[in-house]
Amino acid sequence: MKIASVIACAALALGATGVARADEFTKEDLARWQEQFDGVVKQGRGLWTDAKLGTNGVVCAQCHPNAANTHPETYPKFQKQLGKVANFWEMVNWCIRNPLEGQQLAADDPKMIALISYATWERRGVKLEPGKH
Amino acid sequence: MNIKYDRRSFIKTSTVGVGAAVLPMTMVELAFAKPSENFTFAYISDSHIQQIKGTQFVRNWDRGLIRAVAETNLLTPKPDFIMYGGDLAQMGTKPELDHGAEILSKLNGKVYHVMGEHDYYLDLGEYWSKLFGRQYYSFNHKGVHFVVLNSILTYDDWTFNRWPTAEQRMAEMAGLDNPNGSPFMVGDKQREWLKKDLAKVKKDTPIVVFSHSPLQKIYKGWNFWTEDAEQVQALLAPFDKVTVFYGHVHQIQYNQIGNIAFTSAMATAWPWPYPQSYAQAQQLLPKLTVHMNRADPFFERDATGWQFIDINSGRASATFNLYNNSTRTVAFDPQAGHPKDKTYQDEDQRIAPQVHY
Repeated sequence: MKIASVIACAALALGATGVARADEFTKEDLARWQEQFDGVVKQGRGLWTDAKLGTNGVVCAQCHPNAANTHPETYPKFQKQLGKVANFWEMVNWCIRNPLEGQQLAADDPKMIALISYATWERRGVKLEPGKH
Repeated sequence: MNIKYDRRSFIKTSTVGVGAAVLPMTMVELAFAKPSENFTFAYISDSHIQQIKGTQFVRNWDRGLIRAVAETNLLTPKPDFIMYGGDLAQMGTKPELDHGAEILSKLNGKVYHVMGEHDYYLDLGEYWSKLFGRQYYSFNHKGVHFVVLNSILTYDDWTFNRWPTAEQRMAEMAGLDNPNGSPFMVGDKQREWLKKDLAKVKKDTPIVVFSHSPLQKIYKGWNFWTEDAEQVQALLAPFDKVTVFYGHVHQIQYNQIGNIAFTSAMATAWPWPYPQSYAQAQQLLPKLTVHMNRADPFFERDATGWQFIDINSGRASATFNLYNNSTRTVAFDPQAGHPKDKTYQDEDQRIAPQVHY
């Protein structure tokens, strides 16, 4: 009983100062992971405005400034033009193939990951609504 | 004069030479006290002709303009003139402007031009002026005083000192969402000219102004904006009937600020999202605007088009020809005192124009 209350008090004191939680990620880890993500978002923004992503010089940002009207938070969803439930990367590839007249990317191509990261980052804070039209 | 320009009436009536328009432009009707003075003009804008290399151009943008030109030529009654609203080119190069001018040369009738930022920031409008003439001017037509402004100028420091090359300056201004861009403005020199130009005009003469950027402030982040908009509006304030048409925004917008009715043009190239669809930004889209549908990316002409404008009693009725949706007409409503969408205007949407700052 006495030991238990001492432990409880110690835990409260530690919790209050925010020093230790079991197996918490370190600040260094969190900073590194954020930095990695931000770097990929930045690459994605670079690709979004890169005339070399396709073959005709058209860039994603021409029709989608700040990745607006891409709605990554609504995928997967039924895409009437494809006649099936599709994921966001399939729509990115549609744009690369058509308006950009380029070669489509694999879903796990680092360029595709970067494009998706950028578009999703621009929608940060928007409610996740898979399937929405 | 209240002709209904839609696809069905065009198909039904074209054989007898009455109706108009399956078309991607904006046709404008201005109406006057005397019905004989009513007239229409066509309004094509934002074609963004984009060179790939040599004689290759982006097919999609070419097709938009080619279609608008062909359909404008089919209009009956024939419009009195055609206004081209700016951004004929994408990167302001001679090949792009030449290619665009060649497509436009197929238009039957007088064409007036407005300067867009994509036409300007490579050589500061030099080649464009060789092709199309003055960058700002006025003319009178059937009792209406028309004014064309070059509204896409910006701060001298940005234009002349900021960028190592003309190509980079053009590329920086070409990116709509590029934070390195700079806000558009009409500038002191043109406002001084406008003041003098309007001094000769009677206050009851209808005024129609064309600019590329909106002469109102909507969203600075995408340059849906003119830095000295209020100062230009102040010069227009003494007149009874003022209508401002602008391009740049690639979507239908309309608004009323005091005595000034605003109507935008669609692009022939591609549509833009409304600024409110950018989740991270505040914007001031006119509350009067009933939005266009979101574009279907699988139909490359969807949400692009052109417009025809009917001028009645000095007020404008703009009909937007949408390829994948119903035709829209935005007409000045004298009772309400502002432009209204003739179809999409439910009772509860009839709100007073926003207070503009």
